[in-house]
Amino acid sequence: MDLELSAEEARTLDDLKVQLIRFKKERGELIPILQMFQERLAYLPPATIELVADHLDVSPAEVYGVATFYNQFRFNPPGKNPIKVCLGTACHVKGADIILENFERKLEIKEGETTADREFSIERVACVGCCALAPVALVGETVQGHMAPSKVEGLIMRVDIEKGIKARAEQKK
Amino acid sequence: MTPRNRDISNKRFRAMQAEAMQRRAAFDEAPIPKIHIGMATCGIAAGALETQAAFEQALAERGIDARIHLVGCVGHCYAEPVVVIDHPASGFPPILYPEVNPGKATMLTKLFLEGGDPRLEHILGATVANDLIPSVMEFPRFNQEKRVVMEKCGRIDPEDIYDYLAENGYAALAATLERSPQAIVAEIERSGLRGRGGAGFPTGTKWELARRAAGDEKIVICNADEGDPGAYMDRTILESNPHQVLEGMIICAYAVGARHGLVYVRAEYPLAVKIIRKAIAQANEQGLLGQGILDSAFDFDIGVFEGSGAFVCGEETALIQSVEGRRGMPLHRPPYPIDAGLKDKPTVINNVKTLASVPPIIENGAEWYRGIGSAGSPGTAIFSVVGNVTHPGLVEIPMGVSLRTLIFDICGGIPNKKKFKAVQIGGPSGGCLPEDFLDTPIDFDSLTGAGAMMGSGGMVVMDEDTCLVDVARYFLDFTQKESCGKCTFCRIGTYHLLEILKRLTEGEGQPSDLQQLQQLSEDIKQGSLCGLGKTAPNPVLTSLKYFADDYTAHVEQKRCPAMMCRPLIAFYIDLDRCARGCDVCEGCCPVDAVFTTGNRKKGIDQSLCVKCAECRVACPPEYRAVMKVSPPHLAPIIERPPGPSKDKP
Repeated sequence: MDLELSAEEARTLDDLKVQLIRFKKERGELIPILQMFQERLAYLPPATIELVADHLDVSPAEVYGVATFYNQFRFNPPGKNPIKVCLGTACHVKGADIILENFERKLEIKEGETTADREFSIERVACVGCCALAPVALVGETVQGHMAPSKVEGLIMRVDIEKGIKARAEQKK
Repeated sequence: MTPRNRDISNKRFRAMQAEAMQRRAAFDEAPIPKIHIGMATCGIAAGALETQAAFEQALAERGIDARIHLVGCVGHCYAEPVVVIDHPASGFPPILYPEVNPGKATMLTKLFLEGGDPRLEHILGATVANDLIPSVMEFPRFNQEKRVVMEKCGRIDPEDIYDYLAENGYAALAATLERSPQAIVAEIERSGLRGRGGAGFPTGTKWELARRAAGDEKIVICNADEGDPGAYMDRTILESNPHQVLEGMIICAYAVGARHGLVYVRAEYPLAVKIIRKAIAQANEQGLLGQGILDSAFDFDIGVFEGSGAFVCGEETALIQSVEGRRGMPLHRPPYPIDAGLKDKPTVINNVKTLASVPPIIENGAEWYRGIGSAGSPGTAIFSVVGNVTHPGLVEIPMGVSLRTLIFDICGGIPNKKKFKAVQIGGPSGGCLPEDFLDTPIDFDSLTGAGAMMGSGGMVVMDEDTCLVDVARYFLDFTQKESCGKCTFCRIGTYHLLEILKRLTEGEGQPSDLQQLQQLSEDIKQGSLCGLGKTAPNPVLTSLKYFADDYTAHVEQKRCPAMMCRPLIAFYIDLDRCARGCDVCEGCCPVDAVFTTGNRKKGIDQSLCVKCAECRVACPPEYRAVMKVSPPHLAPIIERPPGPSKDKP
């Protein structure tokens, strides 16, 4: 996916270029650098790979190889409301894959993708750590315990409604 | 509470402990109510932050002076958010309340803190023995546990070093500094402590090898790369009592002569990362880390490395590769990390639970530790028991307790009057054990003998509605994605295992598949370098051995006995049971597969149905008209009546 960097992202990237000097030119710094980039940008646009490769004097392929090896790094921007469906063992036994399928069907994207308007993205996570509430999904930062397929539509609707309320409140101002 | 080690002469430590005791006494003796809220990731997920806000607001509104004390996790996940209220003026002992939502918090503030009525219907029990309220210590969940590692979890504020010091924290370190490194290693060897990461290698032996290893700059790594889906013991310990882990690391460093330490913790655990960083800073401030620890000649510092999420990085050589900025691919051993690890320096890698076991051993002696657990595996085991159990959560038990006691007595058995089917121990590397093995004692050797393994402590309990073929597929799906790709057998073998299992769960299985699963599993075990590949086929092998009926039903009859594999089941509506005019199933169907028949009863369009079971759950219990069958062709066909469908314009 070739995505244009937004103006804000470009500004952040410029700032990150300055920050890069703080890191030693050592191979051991590779993962911490990538983590810093991802923390600020929420994903790793292709430009960052080049930048890091340049700084550490290794090939971009090498950097990309490491970045793709680990689950933490992502290469497309997450949505404003990232949806994370827990697929840990306890959630799986209680039907987490059906919940994931429902989100995918409703938003018409697959797991790992972002909707065209960058509102939603779907991810699978290994374990949220509240197995007693299984099956669990996160919408944004909120944990939704005891998920059911019929709750999916309501959750997405709620995000839309809240957005509408916010927009109206801003209009009034 | 009095310190157990009165003979420690270290002045710096004594001053620190005196300060902590004073703070503790001031807190304990203050006549105001104290509210302890469990605030680890699990508590926060269950809504502990909202509960805290509700308490704060209610206290402010009513002008009540009370102290909110944020503690870690006690391990009772089923009862989160857990709150303990100590209200000395009311005359009641400290009371533990389960599932305190914001509404309950406001109510308790009003009725208990202000009115003095503890609302007995909402309590779980008192935390200390008394004459008024039954104590939680009388419950099997509490009195059959033996807390060594998690003793202080949920009692102290993980972000306050004085809370740990007041519970005799760092006393073991102070005592260690007065002994020789050899004596410490010998003490650990005598205690029989075995690595809690899964393999159970004797910790004392590891330390002795490290102590003797050549090289002046040795490294201690705390392995908190907990990748097993559905297990969270290490995270909870780091979030609830980080100082005990640090203390264990410092003692280890002293014993083996290390200068640097590293905590390798998953970046997915943001709270654990934050808390351990803060704990390290506090320990540095207090002179418990850095140069001249507690005014001795011993120097040691600890850094944090955030692991980026790869299951294989729990393997020690892969972990080192990842710290060095490479892909986490395991290397051939020897050389073992103990001789040439991080940056080719001798490196001791211990699991969080192993390191957290060290301070209590030093404090109470090796003989005390040997007295807990079984002869071959002394000490305690921590399990995160999840799945179909009444009281899921973290349980610390002495080794040697049977699986039956753990699942049925401590964790309350199987809910909803279902039957027990299997227990999966050790996560993706472990095996599934059937009912016959429930009396197996839990220790390293017995579990390995049964075909499972201790693993790091994930335990999933499954009831009769769980299909073991699907569970094997789930774990293979996980290990296949996490295989680093170095060994052909692991990389391609797990892929084929997964393909076969997928085929079985979809009803496309061949009679030859079962034999192929067995053969391939054995080949993968032999042809893989590291623990991931060597143990990846375990879920398949054990389920093939103990639950062969599940497999043959899938192959021969294309039937899923537990009715879990979705391609092999169908839902239909029993027209004799269906009530006229009730629309609940039609309303909840996410794909509009439920329709109304001519006589106002319901039918399911099999071509649209995604088998989410939503209508089955929704159908009122007095009808229970939605039936589940396997294989799917057994479902009677109900035609959708002609006429305008709402899908068409």
